[in-house]
Amino acid sequence: MTSTTSTLEPGQHGIAAHSDGAFVPVQTRSARFASTEVADFEAVTGTEAVWKLTPVRKLGALLDGDLDGTAYPVATEAGDGVAIDWIGRDDARIGSAGVPEERGSANAWSGFEQALAITVSGEGRQATVLRTELGSGPRAAHTVITAEPHSTGLVILENRGSAALTENVEIVVGDGAQLTVVSVQDWADDALHLASHFAVIGRDAKLKHVVVSFGGEVVRVNPTGHLSAEGGDVELLGLYFADAGQHLEQQVYVDHDAPHTRSRVNYKGALQGEGARTVWIGDVLIRQSATATDSYEQNRNLVLSDGTRADSIPNLEIETGDIAGAGHASATGRFDDEQLFYLQARGISEEEARRLVVLGFLAEIVQQIGVPELEQRLLDAIEAELGTAQDA
Amino acid sequence: MSTLEIKDLHVSVETDQGTKQILRGVDLTIKQGETHAIMGPNGSGKSTLAYTIAGHPKYTVESGSILLDGEEVTEMSVDERARAGLFLAMQYPVEIPGVTVQNFLRTAKTAIDGEAPAIRSWIKDVRSSMEKLRMDPAFAERNVNEGFSGGEKKRHEILQLELLKPKFAVLDETDSGLDVDALKIVSEGVNRVKEETGLGLLLITHYTRILRYIRPDHVHVFVAGKVAEQGGPELADRLEDEGYDRFLTASA
Repeated sequence: MTSTTSTLEPGQHGIAAHSDGAFVPVQTRSARFASTEVADFEAVTGTEAVWKLTPVRKLGALLDGDLDGTAYPVATEAGDGVAIDWIGRDDARIGSAGVPEERGSANAWSGFEQALAITVSGEGRQATVLRTELGSGPRAAHTVITAEPHSTGLVILENRGSAALTENVEIVVGDGAQLTVVSVQDWADDALHLASHFAVIGRDAKLKHVVVSFGGEVVRVNPTGHLSAEGGDVELLGLYFADAGQHLEQQVYVDHDAPHTRSRVNYKGALQGEGARTVWIGDVLIRQSATATDSYEQNRNLVLSDGTRADSIPNLEIETGDIAGAGHASATGRFDDEQLFYLQARGISEEEARRLVVLGFLAEIVQQIGVPELEQRLLDAIEAELGTAQDA
Repeated sequence: MSTLEIKDLHVSVETDQGTKQILRGVDLTIKQGETHAIMGPNGSGKSTLAYTIAGHPKYTVESGSILLDGEEVTEMSVDERARAGLFLAMQYPVEIPGVTVQNFLRTAKTAIDGEAPAIRSWIKDVRSSMEKLRMDPAFAERNVNEGFSGGEKKRHEILQLELLKPKFAVLDETDSGLDVDALKIVSEGVNRVKEETGLGLLLITHYTRILRYIRPDHVHVFVAGKVAEQGGPELADRLEDEGYDRFLTASA
């Protein structure tokens, strides 16, 4: 078929020539350009697929500027079997899980001088790394989390205070290991944070990865789970609550690259207040090499007030005919008035009823973390969010 | 003794086709301890009356009043009505994901009483009410109405009735969709609450079946948005034999 557009009446509502008519987009998710050198990437204009929903004008210093790549203050809490050290750029662990696919990530990679290495060996290990004093100067960071083969453990990354940070987090889950990584973004209101998490999951290994974003002006955490060996399993969970003027974003990518791998992606968010903005993009690629895989991804957003915007974009790409299951779901809905009526009809005030419904909605993710004291802390944080939003 | 008084109540609802008048002058007085049955064909306005008493935002009171011991109910918010002692057992209770029955009941009880119940006696009360309604204890851990069967939803409504102890309860087609065994359990529950607390009941039903288990003192027949006839329990028996045809032809 040729020149069908010429028959379209000009001015008819919704009809326009494709703006990217001559442009041939990258056909598969795995074919994206990748490099650790910031100079290999063009300057960001905000029209690129990976940036078009992000407020890039606020991120100039992180995308283009010079970054402080030195070691920063961390408060760590780690039991036996977890080693936390600063390592140099030449350490063999650097680059073992991924390579940047966009300029913000590459700028961090080019700019860091020392990386934080967290290594888990043995069973039932637990560590918390808390960053509260990053300051507001633009900064690069690099973290490598390694779970030794057949180890089991939990690593919590907590972020508070002000920051202008772009960083990469590499996660290597050894064969037969089971690792949970929880990244909590509870930043101060003015924080800017770009993060790429690259996870590679070994044979019969399992990663549970949780992104929790509450605070910060612009927070974008993009996790990738690479199921590179047979029997690998990844759960990517996310929870976010955007208040007035906040931009919270996550671009999730699952790469099924071996037979009998399994993935579950479940992100839930709430938005309240003028200009509250969230973005979720979920890419799942099932390669030809990945037979008999089972995958499901979903994103749900609960809109609590006018003036908010939630983008939710699932993409599923399947290159093999032999899959056990693949599905996706996305829904963005307003607060349900019938739920409110039911609770109020039992004497519960409107404010309390909203609190119950929102907590209930987000609790589904919290309950899957499997660490009671952290779950309680996150539920308290959500309550606090609801309180702040009420006062606003 | 408390009284719920409905006077010349006119209620409309917004539809896609515009404003629709549903209740056209309802008069009804219920005293605490009395059981009134409201019967009538589909579309006669029975459920509208139930939801208007509870304060559902979909319904607009055009004129008339609802007085609870002389206080104007139509000016109260939904939760204020519940705290004043009104209860609506819903025909289609909604799911509340992530909120457990246990948490919901405790939150509601605290709201109604104005203070949290004493923990030990509260747990005992919940357990014994659930037992009497033949509900599995695991029920308390489930999310409100999520995946409940029709019968479980109705038992859960009566469980709330028993624990919240209102002055007046409206039961909106609580009998619909229940098999005989479930209907007996639910009716026993209602009778037990009535015996214990002496509340006033407004029983809304299409069928006479539930009236075999919960005996009404007064029966009102609703047709086209108002009370067309009223009488004692014998009126229900007559409706059972004759159906609503008599009223429908009369109003046509």
